Amino acid sequence: MATPELKIILEAALLAAGEPLSEHRLLALFEEPQRPDGQAIRAALQELARDYDGRGVELAEVAGGFRLQVPPAFAPWVNRLWEERAARYSRALLETLALIAYRQPITRGEIEEVRGVSVSSSVMKTLQERGWIKVLGHRETPGRPALYGTTREFLDYFNLTSLSDLPPLAERRDLDAIGAELERREAWVASPSAAAMPADEVL
Amino acid sequence: MSGGDSGAGIIARVRGEPYPALPQDLYIPPDALRVFLEAFEGPLDLLLYLIKRQNLNILDIPVAEITRQYMEYLALMKDLQLALAAEYLVMAAVLAELKSRLLLPRPAAEAGEEDPRAELVRRLQEYERFKTAAEELDALPRLERDIFMASAEAVRAPVKQPPPVSLAELLAAIRGVLQRAELYGHHHIQREPLSVRERMSRILERMDRVRFTAFSALFSIEEGRRGVVVTLLAILELIRESLLELVQTEPFAPIYVRLGKFSAAGEPAPSPSGD
Repeated sequence: MATPELKIILEAALLAAGEPLSEHRLLALFEEPQRPDGQAIRAALQELARDYDGRGVELAEVAGGFRLQVPPAFAPWVNRLWEERAARYSRALLETLALIAYRQPITRGEIEEVRGVSVSSSVMKTLQERGWIKVLGHRETPGRPALYGTTREFLDYFNLTSLSDLPPLAERRDLDAIGAELERREAWVASPSAAAMPADEVL
Repeated sequence: MSGGDSGAGIIARVRGEPYPALPQDLYIPPDALRVFLEAFEGPLDLLLYLIKRQNLNILDIPVAEITRQYMEYLALMKDLQLALAAEYLVMAAVLAELKSRLLLPRPAAEAGEEDPRAELVRRLQEYERFKTAAEELDALPRLERDIFMASAEAVRAPVKQPPPVSLAELLAAIRGVLQRAELYGHHHIQREPLSVRERMSRILERMDRVRFTAFSALFSIEEGRRGVVVTLLAILELIRESLLELVQTEPFAPIYVRLGKFSAAGEPAPSPSGD
């Protein structure tokens, strides 16, 4: 039997793997003499992606590599296959995860500071059991609090290739701007002359 | 703390005042109210809700009014005997302090001081950013809910890769072999003197006859490794006893063996050929 087309070999491997395959792992499918180069692999994958246009499967690149997946558009039907709906995550869990994703490395104390409420151990446990977060190290301050960060599995799960794919965080108006605006509104200021003075000249 | 109020029909007590009924604007069946109140993710979340409910900008917090509403909710939560996290009480204190500071005229010396609301506004804004980020994160398509890995069954017959061997492992293996060989060593020692001695005699007999021969000619390959070793040992032993001599005309040239000057023959052996 003649050697099948490169893209078909890659398709077969991606279907069989059950997890994303990196370019490196795709290259390792071939014995040394017949091994294509990275460029050939990428070209074949592009072709494969085009082949899937309008089909019930698509080629996606996530942090862990390439995978074949059912596009989100089919979720309403595909989800009927399972009696139970996919797990919904609590706001506490999602807010904690968001803080870790955007602010990593971050300590538990810093998460609590922003959320204004203590972080429950079960939330941290769930996040770690799902493999979405891990301890990156410890901050060298009293108590050596653990520093948390997100994992490659987190990116894979949320269909992201890197943290920069996360939706941008809402702009933060810096404190000076907030202060200035409050002053301008003079909601509480007794003496208008003091309000007009730039903050750094006072003191 | 007054969850089990003795006064029948009193649903809540807000700042000491008994409320016979839930306030009109948020009458919700008690069970639903519990769910509603439990849904808050802490004091900042509750404050944000109160501010948003009145379509107010965070920067426009009417501290007195918001504080009043916040306290009302706290009283409700207490009445429903929800576990009231300490954070809610801390926030109540912060709001009360804020209110009192805003009521007092500001001394001239503190003119440059930041608006006391700024810190609260900063925290509310920061919390709101991540509350939004969490909602956006939740909206991202994700595995098992929106995306499903495509897969096909494949026959599993993993390709076995011969394990790589490191030099250290190789050396360790050789050491092991040598050690094991040593265990059998004494058997040889008992047998060796006989066979080597015997071989020495045979070689000497032969040399006495031919006087000069190629080194390799003394070995008979058919005897195998052990025979070769015995012959070698015999030759070496004969050389040590100066009964034989090794000669070589130049480096890498064939090695020859001749009778030693003190061999039994008694007379000097001839030089290698060509000499």
